[in-house]
Amino acid sequence: MGVGIEVTNLNAWYGTNHTLQDINLNIPANHATALIGPSGCGKSTFVRCLNRMHETNPIARVTGTVRIGDLDIYNDCKPVEIRRRVGMVFQRPNPFPTMSIYDNVAAGLKLNGYSNHHVLDEIVERSLKNSALWDEVKDDLKKKSGASLSGGQQQRLCIARALAVDPEVLLMDEPASALDPVSTSKIEDLIFQLKSQYTIVIVTHNMQQAARVAEKTGFFLNGRMVEFDSTHKIFTNPSDKRTEDYITGRFG
Amino acid sequence: MTEIRISQTQVLSEAGNPPGQGPANGAQPEASAIRTFLLSRGNSAGADRVFQWLMVLCALTIFGIVALIAMQLVYGSQLSWHKFGFSFFAWPAGFTFASIFKAVLDPNAAQPNYWDPVNGHFSALPFIYGTLVSSFLALLMAVPLAIGVAVFLTEMCPGALRAPLAFITELLAAIPSVIYGLWAVFVLVPLMREQVNPFLNKTLGWTGFFSDDNPTGLGFFSAGVILAIMILPIISSLTREVMLAVPHSQREAVLALGATRWEMIRVGVLRNARIGIVGAIILGLGRALGETMAVTMVIGNSIEIHRSLLSNGNTMASVIANQFSEASDNMHLSALVELGLALFVVTIVVNALAQLLVWAVTRGAPARAS
Ligand SMILES: Nc1ncnc2c1ncn2[C@@H]1O[C@H](COP(=O)(O)OP(=O)(O)O)[C@@H](O)[C@H]1O
Ligand SMILES: [Mg+2]
Repeated sequence: MGVGIEVTNLNAWYGTNHTLQDINLNIPANHATALIGPSGCGKSTFVRCLNRMHETNPIARVTGTVRIGDLDIYNDCKPVEIRRRVGMVFQRPNPFPTMSIYDNVAAGLKLNGYSNHHVLDEIVERSLKNSALWDEVKDDLKKKSGASLSGGQQQRLCIARALAVDPEVLLMDEPASALDPVSTSKIEDLIFQLKSQYTIVIVTHNMQQAARVAEKTGFFLNGRMVEFDSTHKIFTNPSDKRTEDYITGRFG
Repeated sequence: MTEIRISQTQVLSEAGNPPGQGPANGAQPEASAIRTFLLSRGNSAGADRVFQWLMVLCALTIFGIVALIAMQLVYGSQLSWHKFGFSFFAWPAGFTFASIFKAVLDPNAAQPNYWDPVNGHFSALPFIYGTLVSSFLALLMAVPLAIGVAVFLTEMCPGALRAPLAFITELLAAIPSVIYGLWAVFVLVPLMREQVNPFLNKTLGWTGFFSDDNPTGLGFFSAGVILAIMILPIISSLTREVMLAVPHSQREAVLALGATRWEMIRVGVLRNARIGIVGAIILGLGRALGETMAVTMVIGNSIEIHRSLLSNGNTMASVIANQFSEASDNMHLSALVELGLALFVVTIVVNALAQLLVWAVTRGAPARAS
């Protein structure tokens, strides 16, 4: 089951570029939360702060607190530990090309030394079913490489890979923006199903997508969180002029 | 060509604007001067064709040189090839596989006379053995070290140190091999003689591969060490290149699963780069197989096959270097040329294979982001 995320006074930098400024928000557990905003406004940086991927960049810096469940991720634990509890799906599908489909899904578990084949088989099957890929790949799980799939299948494989470690939170950074419309709607259906079990944070530049899958939506602009509210409110009756300008297509 | 054509059309269209319209207004007299100049140049088709043929000629020269070398080697080795055939690459007349095996294992058994210019018997066996053993030893020592260096330089080194260290590693590859040889004679060989060989003999002597009955400090093992040092920069710089070609997204994928840095390097980088790394290793092997000068100076130049890696030996390259100037007999010369031919074929095949593997990995790969 998912847990909530509580972000307090989060600031992030790339070198001297103050990319995120005083972000405060509460992301509810077991719901999908969408983050929208023009490109370059800091959405990716924000989600990368939620699993401490931001600091893998040598010029990056973060201050503030992020609590995931009851864990203060910047003070209570090492980055490695938090990344095992928070799954991440990237904009471009990035399956491991030298691994079979099976090994791609099992990668997170095998990495952490899990080797019970019986259980692995079960988890791989469940994860692939959860990511709606099982029927398409079940016959060549160990024969085909992760790179042999189509783009949309690769992205669902990456989702299965993230789900296999049973995360409490699933971060998705524009997971469908590199995909065709059919694959995109499959991914959206998937998010719709998964959000009852996981806390999902999805970055998107597609406002219809945010409206379709998310209960809550946050609007980012120039490194600040302008408005955070129920998706319905954001899209029908935003309280900030800038949000309104953005969703009505006046900029961005 | 294209650039000129574009500027020509720009100039023409600007000149065609009626006066008082757009930016062409003030620049008009100058533009038409440019036009006159450009139009006066003709299309240079003749010069282009000459240039093209010149380049084709240059490219053909390379093939020509390789073909001439191959022809010379084939021609020069005819005598030996007709006399010995494939047995040149096997055991000498009068010996069987078993008797040779016995001579190798037993230090007291009589050594066959593999290479006998006086009686005109030639077998390449000890040189093939020496080449393989010294190259294998070199790979054994150089590969882990080279991969370690590459991993350090790409993944762990502080940014300020990276460029100088990479530069120095690459510089090692530029040192002439005779310099390595000199260093080996004055530094490495005494060290092997005084310290390393006695130590190896004490700890691993029971295997029979390290019996210390060679007082010189020369031999297969010393040759392997110097070869390892020489191929280290080749393997590590190519490994670095293929590691850099692994997309950044692969590293992120592994990190996001909760991998430690080492796991990220192993799964996200080395695993993806492995075909290219094999290519780098094979390229190093190609260099080791053919390396002549330094090896000749330290391998001890004896034409025997011993089980002990500390004993003297010879490689295909070193025996050619050693004997060519003093070989007066036609058959002896021809046998040396045949050794050269074998070495030529093997190194070309090995290098082609290596280039192919490295190319397969680095082709079209984006440079690493961040
Ligand atoms: N790796 C990086 N190095 C330096 N600056 C970066 C890097 N990634 C992003 N930035 C900067 O941070 C800001 C926010 O980027 P990002 O979070 O990727 O925005 P978004 O995902 O909303 O398009 C931008 O100004 C961008 O230039
Ligand atoms: Mg982004």
